[in-house]
Amino acid sequence: MSRKQKKLLTRILLGAASFADGVLISHLTDVLWLQWIGKGLVILAWVLCGIDVAIKAVKNIGHGQIFDENFLMTLATVGAFALGDFAEGGAVMLFFQVGELFQSIAVERSRRSVAALMDLRPDMALVLRDGQVEEVDPEDVQVGDLLQVLPGQRIPVDGVVVTGFSSVDTAKITGESAPRDVKPGEQVISGCINISGVLTIRAQSEYASSTVARILTLMESATEGRSKTESFITRFARYYTPCVVVGAVLLALIPPCFDGWQFARWVTRALNFLVVSCPCALVISVPLSFFGGMGAVSRAGMIAKGGIALEKLAKANVAAFDKTGTLTTGDFAVCQVKAVNMQEETLIRLVAGAESVSNHPIGRAIVSACGKNDQKVEEIREIPGKGIYAVVDGHRVYAGNRLLMEEMGHEPETADEATTPVYAMVDGRYAGAIYLSDTIKAGAKEALDSMRVLGVTDTVMLTGDRPAVARNVAGMLGLSRFHAGLLPQDKVEKVKDLLGKDKTLIFAGDGVNDAPVLALADVGVAMGGIGSDAAVEAADLVLLKDDLRGLPKAIRIARKTMAVARQNVVFALVVKFAVLLLSILGYASMWLAVFADVGVAVLAILNATRAGRIKK
Amino acid sequence: MRKTYTLEDLDCANCAAKMETLINKLPGVEKATVTFMTSRLSLTVPEDTDLPALLKQVQKEIHKVDSNCNLIVK
Repeated sequence: MSRKQKKLLTRILLGAASFADGVLISHLTDVLWLQWIGKGLVILAWVLCGIDVAIKAVKNIGHGQIFDENFLMTLATVGAFALGDFAEGGAVMLFFQVGELFQSIAVERSRRSVAALMDLRPDMALVLRDGQVEEVDPEDVQVGDLLQVLPGQRIPVDGVVVTGFSSVDTAKITGESAPRDVKPGEQVISGCINISGVLTIRAQSEYASSTVARILTLMESATEGRSKTESFITRFARYYTPCVVVGAVLLALIPPCFDGWQFARWVTRALNFLVVSCPCALVISVPLSFFGGMGAVSRAGMIAKGGIALEKLAKANVAAFDKTGTLTTGDFAVCQVKAVNMQEETLIRLVAGAESVSNHPIGRAIVSACGKNDQKVEEIREIPGKGIYAVVDGHRVYAGNRLLMEEMGHEPETADEATTPVYAMVDGRYAGAIYLSDTIKAGAKEALDSMRVLGVTDTVMLTGDRPAVARNVAGMLGLSRFHAGLLPQDKVEKVKDLLGKDKTLIFAGDGVNDAPVLALADVGVAMGGIGSDAAVEAADLVLLKDDLRGLPKAIRIARKTMAVARQNVVFALVVKFAVLLLSILGYASMWLAVFADVGVAVLAILNATRAGRIKK
Repeated sequence: MRKTYTLEDLDCANCAAKMETLINKLPGVEKATVTFMTSRLSLTVPEDTDLPALLKQVQKEIHKVDSNCNLIVK
């Protein structure tokens, strides 16, 4: 609890004690002067609890804020005193403040838990200048500076390791929970914590443009995207208070005309109106719910751009995906080997030998499929546009495409269109083919399955790749449809087609040139950290970890958050209107009104803390 | 240009909404958002704005709603 809250608590406790004594004395005795002491104690309780409310009320009236809660609360309680309902007047102020304290504690807690998430900022940087270590503010680091990072410290700016070996905790930046080992020559990202060894790094960015600063800016501005529910509730609050107050005035003035001028009875009922006129509980419970949801999303290694992103995510029913980088890794992998007159391992070994110095992704994939690359390789010669020749372990190996084979007098069988074949000729005889294909990303299948369970059944893949490749990937992942051979501008058109009145479209892309599509979709999801500023700017949800499994999780968090926010709105409105109605009919006392008001606030706030909590 | 400021002692969500409405009515403010949960004010104003003067007005509007709430200008 903050000092302010402790002070308020003390005042409430003193007030409560004074109030209880006062009520007790008034009840236990008929002696007039004791009665007056009792009333005095209740008024003392009112002063202890509510003097600041009254002072604010007076000040704000001076500023022209007539429908100010402080003023209304003061009016209701003073009105009760004037009508001789001392206990009620004191109680209303007492419970009003209990509600305020509770709200303030809940808000502070929620703020603190999110602040902890945002605790990424490096405190300082150790710059090496002329062999001396100097402690500076991260903002004073310049590109090219040599920095020392001790174990336990945050890496202040993005850079490259010059000396030292260590492992770094990247969890809060990339969402990857396993620490990453780093050695000289490797990139390190700012905001990560150096775990074991001392590192010297060369700064490659200034603080302002470093990864950590960009994530922080993103997280800070993320809360501004307000959901419709939030806007509705603030708009509602703007009209609710004046309406209730006007209602109170009418209730105090009109019915008595037909009820034998019993003003006291109707004024009492009208004061109830004032007690429930404060919309604060309602207004606070909704953003508190969304804040909880956004916190939960952040803890899962994602950043949601405000309540609006959660709201749309919860409604999503169509999902479109970019292929490469999102569903597939974009790296080739060997998927099939057809050897002729030799062992499959031997074929891979020989071709891998020939490709051993290749920089081509296909060559590298074959090399990595071989595992043990201890071949003796001689006379490597590239055959431009066709393949490669080399003597591997004493065998003459030609490896390459169909053209190369045809040139050498062999007509190989046609490969499945979804794969890329590498044919081989060993010692003048056809030796078979190695087939490669794009690899499915880890977790992609699982993510799509979870999304189907969540009711996102229409899943579409958009890709610039060949139809056969797309069909293959779509089949493996169980996508409902795909569009292949698309140019970037075609993707925009396809996404426009997918948007519709009853549809809420998610588009997930890895972001390099997906920004227009991300902006166009109802929910743009940028995969894999904050690489491209344009994509992050356009996206509604950023997955810091390059793992599609975050998406269904975010949908579940969003749905839970929406449910909680909706419960709060409905519950608070129903109770408030019930109290208003009962007050008109004369069934509600001021006690009921204040309990209903504060009770709703407390319950709504407690409920808000459930937002974003999903079963693992 | 867009500027963000922290609001100290912003205690009530409804007040935040009221402040936002008032600040948005100020001449020279293109868009203002007061986010209660983060206690932040974000202002979008034209490039040639006299910020110190505008901020004084903003502070005045804030005080109209809550006299304890202060705009922190770094």
